[in-house]
Amino acid sequence: MAGDQGLAVLAGRPPGAARRFSAWLFRRPWLRAGLTLSPPLGWFVLIYLAALAALLVSAFWSVDPFTSEITHSWTTENFKSLIDEPTYREIALRTIGIAAAVTVTDAILAFPFAYFAVRVAPGRIQTALFVLVLLPLWSSYLVRVYAWRLILAHDGALNWSLDKLHLGSVNVGYSNWAMWIVFSYIWLPFMIVPVWTAIERVPESLLEASMDLGGSAWRTFREVLLPLALPGLVAGSIFTFSLTLGDYITPTLVGGASSDFIGNVVYRNVGVANNVPFAAAFATVPMVVMGVYLLVARRLGAFEAL
Amino acid sequence: MALGIWAVLILLFLFVPIGIIVVYAFNSSNVQGWPIDGLSTKWFSQTWHNQEMRDALWLSVRAALLATTISLLLGSAAAFAVHRFRFFGREAVSFLLVLPLALPGIITGMALNSFFTFWGIDLSYLTIVIGHATFCIVIVYNNVVARLRRTSTSLVEASMDLGASGWQTFRHITLPMISTALLAGGLLAFALSFDEVIVTTFTAGAQNTLPIWIFGKIRIGQELPEVNVVVVGVLLVTFIPVTLAQRLTREPRAATTI
Amino acid sequence: MQAHRWRRAAAAVAVGALAVAAGCGSDNSSSSNSKLPTKIGKGEGQLNLVAWEGYTQSEWVKPFEKQTGCKVKSKFAGSSDEMVTLMRQGGGSQYDMVSASGDASLRLIRGGDVKPVNVKLIPGWNDFIPQLQSPSHNTVDGKHYGVSVQWGPNVLLYNTKSVTPAPTSWSTIYGSTYKGKVTVPDNPIQIADAALYLSKTNPSLGIKDPYELNDKQLNASVDLLKKQKPLIKKYWALSSDESDLFKNGDAVIGAAWPIAVKTLESDNQPVKDTIPKEGATGWADTWMLSAKAKHPNCAYLWMKYISEPKPQAQQAVSYGETPVNEKACPLMDQIEKGSCARLHANAPASYFNSIKFWKTPISDCGDGKKDCKDYTVWQQKWQEIKG
Repeated sequence: MAGDQGLAVLAGRPPGAARRFSAWLFRRPWLRAGLTLSPPLGWFVLIYLAALAALLVSAFWSVDPFTSEITHSWTTENFKSLIDEPTYREIALRTIGIAAAVTVTDAILAFPFAYFAVRVAPGRIQTALFVLVLLPLWSSYLVRVYAWRLILAHDGALNWSLDKLHLGSVNVGYSNWAMWIVFSYIWLPFMIVPVWTAIERVPESLLEASMDLGGSAWRTFREVLLPLALPGLVAGSIFTFSLTLGDYITPTLVGGASSDFIGNVVYRNVGVANNVPFAAAFATVPMVVMGVYLLVARRLGAFEAL
Repeated sequence: MALGIWAVLILLFLFVPIGIIVVYAFNSSNVQGWPIDGLSTKWFSQTWHNQEMRDALWLSVRAALLATTISLLLGSAAAFAVHRFRFFGREAVSFLLVLPLALPGIITGMALNSFFTFWGIDLSYLTIVIGHATFCIVIVYNNVVARLRRTSTSLVEASMDLGASGWQTFRHITLPMISTALLAGGLLAFALSFDEVIVTTFTAGAQNTLPIWIFGKIRIGQELPEVNVVVVGVLLVTFIPVTLAQRLTREPRAATTI
Repeated sequence: MQAHRWRRAAAAVAVGALAVAAGCGSDNSSSSNSKLPTKIGKGEGQLNLVAWEGYTQSEWVKPFEKQTGCKVKSKFAGSSDEMVTLMRQGGGSQYDMVSASGDASLRLIRGGDVKPVNVKLIPGWNDFIPQLQSPSHNTVDGKHYGVSVQWGPNVLLYNTKSVTPAPTSWSTIYGSTYKGKVTVPDNPIQIADAALYLSKTNPSLGIKDPYELNDKQLNASVDLLKKQKPLIKKYWALSSDESDLFKNGDAVIGAAWPIAVKTLESDNQPVKDTIPKEGATGWADTWMLSAKAKHPNCAYLWMKYISEPKPQAQQAVSYGETPVNEKACPLMDQIEKGSCARLHANAPASYFNSIKFWKTPISDCGDGKKDCKDYTVWQQKWQEIKG
């Protein structure tokens, strides 16, 4: 307590105003906490949470058919249509299913790569690999998805290559398969980075010890490496799952006739039909799904690994 | 080794589409078809002189800079608060801050749009920045919190004991400690804001950020190679800063013991 | 006796005076409504437009920008719904003008999102074809809520190499010959196309107007579209979807907008378009002025400019649609020989009348019945079709 005025006293000068203020602040940790916390928290509560709450409330309103004005009368019509009409169930299941598939795919693709980069690659190559993984993030998501259109099209690069190898042709353009491939491609860096960080934190000595004790490589992986790196996997999965769950651009660009996602319906109702209440009602589905996902992820320690 | 081959395959997977983008910047035809119709460099000068593109690019840069600055300030503030103090609802803060990223962008976009409309705020450059900053805060926050966890508070206490004021301690001790985390977080936040399209669609008025301009071009499907040229340009420009940042923020591979 | 005659004369004079007063009164009320500008002021330097893809090409926008100093920024919309939403966004003052089709214009007028314009300030208007000078979809109570710009049909587009013989009927996209290679627009108004087809192939349904459908007629159209779904490769939403689908071999036949035809033709793709024998739906577009436009002078300058024969001809040939200005025809042939006739720019009124122009479905069927389905039902049904 007296220390913060120590040097000043030693020098024989009385402490200045700024110093006195900082000392005063030092003795009141709760005030410092409040001051540092209130700007970000204020931003979030007053802007973001308020907006979300307003959106949820509007799910219970409805829209006048001709003028498209929102009528503020309480009704559960929107939710009723969602439950009654099987189309929306189909769309929700399709969205969640593909999001899960993309997450699993990216986890499988990312893990060996991250392990190689962290444990096997020498230092300079490690830096190069990290830069190469981040670089695609700078090249416009839209343009990358559009490039896949060209690859997967009927007369596109994929079929052209298969034809050269005399392997026939596939019809994946504009389909759910195409979306699965493209989503896995786009979000892969988001999975690699947390997994990389997580593997970095696993001490080499633990793995060596496991091998010394007679464990095979596979067993070491399954019982030592994987559990320790799990938070990183889960953190990465938060991104891949939620980004796929809410996307509507990739389905528009590379989806087929039956590829509508929750995001497409929401967008169509907000940006096109101007039926915000219905869109808000359908938007509660991904919100609930992600809420549950986040709670589970927190249990698995993902928040420390983000 | 098998892992090495896997790594190469993954790299190929990541970069073949990028390669296509680069090659098609030289496409002589308007419409994207395979194989490439012919090569031409005419798009480079045409894109450079495209005023609409330059306006969009400049708006994106400005918005990303401001959003990154805001998120650096607010994100580190939140990180300090959570790291230093014990208070009610501490756990909830991490949860809260990650929401804009974890929830679909369209929900964040819709919510903010209704919010602005309700309060009669015109959609403009500022609303774009507000939207971007909201999801960029958590990126800085995560990086700074992770770094703070790995440093000990004893350094700060020692500095105070030696007579430094709060501000001096912050400037000479704390800031250098978290500087690389700020750099990494800031760079990632910038990248996210620069390339963001979904939330921006809802928070931008008649303005075009670069992704919105790109989407307009993709909609109409004409003069597409201009878009490819822009992407090539951005990649070239960002390659060096990203490499530098990675060099600076890399921690030495420590063999930690239990 | 004399008093009687005098009283009758006084009454006659009073009635006469009242009549004159009433007449003057109504004149006053109609002229007091002209808060319309009487001349175009100085340009504000900026103009924000909501437009169909292809309506603001630099070919005619650049000369406009040079002439007037109004910098044009366009936001593309893929459907009328989107246009309505954009115009209402942010309190309605984000955009100055919108090129709305007939199925959006009335919604905008009713919603108070657009305001009347003074057509006297637009000289090109006098040369418009009579049907589109004051059509009911943009002129209400004698007030013009914009000026017509172009019109055209929704065509059947096909790949000449894969689709032989040349198709003459919409049945080619409802039958399974080209299964998995068909594409139609992702737009609820597409139900009207199905209704139009049914009106010719299934007269017992009694469909007279493809936009006025009662429950039975709507369900029949929706069923037809649900049967069509397995044939569809992709419901195109963006103009580039269409051109990419055809160029890269994913689709060989489908319903299209002329701009996709032009994009593919200028890329030397083997495609052709046609209007099948069952007829076609179409659109007549209007440049409408936002009620809260921030740049009204530039907006008027734009309306004036785009109604002149040269820009009309340029846009018509570039997009593949029909101009409203009768004087555009010879200029079109100068740009591209034969385009005037091909795009029906000098076609007789019978061609105009054969196209079923887009309009907003409302519950009022127009013949006293009120059981037609309105547009929100169409939107829901469209989502069900797509699944």
